[in-house]
Amino acid sequence: MHQTEKETAELIKQISGSDVKKCMKCGKCSATCPAYGEMKFHPHQFVTMVAHGKVDELLRDGTVTRCLSCFACVERCPRGVEPANVVAAIRVLAEREQGGSNFVPDEVPALIAADNEIPQQALVSAFRRYRK
Amino acid sequence: MHKIGVFVCWCGSNIAATVDIDRVVAEAKVQPGVVFAKDYQYMCSEAGQNIIKDAIKEYGLTGIVVCSCSPRMHEATFRKAASQAGLNPFMVEIANIREHCSWIHKDKEEGTEKACVLMRAAVAKVTLNTPLKAGESKVVKRALVIGGGIAGIQTALDIADAGFPVDIVEKNATIGGRMAQLDKTFPTLDCSSCILTPKMVEAKSNENIRLITYAEVEEVSGFVGSFKAKIRKKARYVKEDVCTGCGVCMSKCPSKKGLNEFNMGLNNRPAIYIPFAQAIPNVAVIDSTQCIKLNTGKCGLCEKVCTAKAIDYTQQDEFIEEEYGAIVMATGFRPIDASKFDEYSYSTCKDVVTSLELERIMNAAGPTGGVLLRPSDGKHPHSIVFIQCVGSRDVSGRGKPYCSKICCMYTAKHAMLIRDKYPDVEVHVFYIDVRTPGKNFDEFYRRAAEQYDVDYIKGQVGKVWEEDGHLVVRGVDLIANEQIILNTDMVVLATAIEPDPTARKVANMLTASIDTNDFITEAHPKLRPVESPTAGIFLSGVCQGPKDIPETVSQAGAAASKVIGLLCKDKLTTNPCVAHSDELLCNGCSCCEKVCPYGAISYDTHLINDHGVKETRRVALVNEALCQGCGACTVVCPSGAMDLKGFSNKQIMAEVEAICL
Repeated sequence: MHQTEKETAELIKQISGSDVKKCMKCGKCSATCPAYGEMKFHPHQFVTMVAHGKVDELLRDGTVTRCLSCFACVERCPRGVEPANVVAAIRVLAEREQGGSNFVPDEVPALIAADNEIPQQALVSAFRRYRK
Repeated sequence: MHKIGVFVCWCGSNIAATVDIDRVVAEAKVQPGVVFAKDYQYMCSEAGQNIIKDAIKEYGLTGIVVCSCSPRMHEATFRKAASQAGLNPFMVEIANIREHCSWIHKDKEEGTEKACVLMRAAVAKVTLNTPLKAGESKVVKRALVIGGGIAGIQTALDIADAGFPVDIVEKNATIGGRMAQLDKTFPTLDCSSCILTPKMVEAKSNENIRLITYAEVEEVSGFVGSFKAKIRKKARYVKEDVCTGCGVCMSKCPSKKGLNEFNMGLNNRPAIYIPFAQAIPNVAVIDSTQCIKLNTGKCGLCEKVCTAKAIDYTQQDEFIEEEYGAIVMATGFRPIDASKFDEYSYSTCKDVVTSLELERIMNAAGPTGGVLLRPSDGKHPHSIVFIQCVGSRDVSGRGKPYCSKICCMYTAKHAMLIRDKYPDVEVHVFYIDVRTPGKNFDEFYRRAAEQYDVDYIKGQVGKVWEEDGHLVVRGVDLIANEQIILNTDMVVLATAIEPDPTARKVANMLTASIDTNDFITEAHPKLRPVESPTAGIFLSGVCQGPKDIPETVSQAGAAASKVIGLLCKDKLTTNPCVAHSDELLCNGCSCCEKVCPYGAISYDTHLINDHGVKETRRVALVNEALCQGCGACTVVCPSGAMDLKGFSNKQIMAEVEAICL
């Protein structure tokens, strides 16, 4: 399904439940972030990017997923913006991308036939993982 | 036979844009009893009022309905116009078709329909109105000021200056409040106590001012012009009129563990103490929780050394009862508890202090004698980080949603003073926005940055922790888009301010309304900023909202002028819309007496002639001077005996019927 950049941004807002308009640009999220140096874009930036509907670059850049999900930014944000939930939404979007999974459902019966010892959890997590 | 006139106001486009005025007029004309209906662009204008006056005279109107704005705005205007034309002012009804209608509707069809309904209800009511006459009540020519900080002192001084006696009730042992704790004041950097103490001395020596310190208002009854207050004067255990303030007791007292409140708990004080050198009254007070004599019966050293024989361990709380014409709330503020923000390590690191604590550290009378020293080891700091907006503009529940207004300026002041006195100290300020609206305020802040080389960093601090004997600050520089780690010696938190916790209690006592943050609400945010909606209650200082010293002093003067205006009057006109009880219907159940918030209802036995049957019954009586016309009694009365003049049960039912038509 083709989406415009703006539509993707709306989807991120919807999935994350984060009200990015509440941000007062204090930067406490970025001040608090232990993975700050790992990411090309930082918590305060991806909140602004979503607010402005400029998310393509954010989605293309894989480093945002290096977020530790420690939720320190959510805990300390004085305005209740929840930046970490934006990252969670980006992860969900990536998972939803067709063709990004390690294998497709059609391959599953063959896999089980080949190895009926395969744990169910391994199959589920394989779906969740994606190639880029 | 009723002859009602209906006047529909356009209020420019305020009403006319959302309400079809012609339709309202047309419908008014066909209402029972209506003999005249007319619209005009601005009914409140002189020309508009003349339309009303002329119609009253020409058609001999017995009642009028004005469809316009809220009665809070122009009811008085139209009542006055009616009475000038010879109509009783209480034969005027307002249908609020602006605030209750045009302003909240977008659809003209809906707005018009609602305006018609409101007009019909008002017409139905006015046909049942009876002419009322306002009574008079006395004005006690004495004012009460609750709180003895700069706000309370200035208000009291201004009232006293006009010749009226004033009592200041202060909960602490001395007047002076928060301003006495400050070192320097922005933007002129003059010494706070140098400008405050003359005012304190003036308050003490002014013959119209009575200082009641170490005291709290416990009960207030009555109403504007005639309040009665009961004030508890807490036991000091020191005779106020005998103590000379020599301070010998302080030096001899063996119990020295009490936290020095004046120094924000940064050091200790004896159990018997004078809060600070310029305290007024300059009289010692015994902290009963710390005093060995009061707790164990042994010691008594202070009594032995006191040459004036001022110590009295048997002293009890005293009560003062007094009448007042007006009451001013000046209950002030306190900083919020910074330990809620554990990321800043306030409760675990001694070198993380609040701004008010820094004021005491910088002050010559403070715990370090005015020398900037780290609280942990008493060493000179080489670097200080200021964090702004700690708990201000915070909707997470840990802080306050509002801007505390004073922090940007005092932080600039602290930064500047430190850089001036100790040029070797590096100063960093983390800010979200620097807000400096005020005369010479922005220039002051820029001076800190440009002339004193204070490092302003746009961004916030995420975490502060201790490492190898110094503090580490992790913050963000949003302009440079980088996270930064700073090693520093001290961190100063610009904590949000909140109303003093006593404000809520006092407001409840005075039936003054408060907002969700416990600030006292003004009667009108723009046009009546120093009055409470409760008549006779006035507001001064931070109890109404965050403000700095210049603003507080101006507001204190404004509140005083309102009080003086009230006390100058010999009589007040009372509201005739009061409750009254029909003794034939009253069953003596006391329900009304229990709900009356003003204590206006009492019971008495009367000889009643009930349709020829004479008997003695217990019936309710309303004191019309005390009744504020709230109507609570009419709601609880099970027998329908209680009714409110101007808002009778019949009138209300007529309105409801007209709405449901």
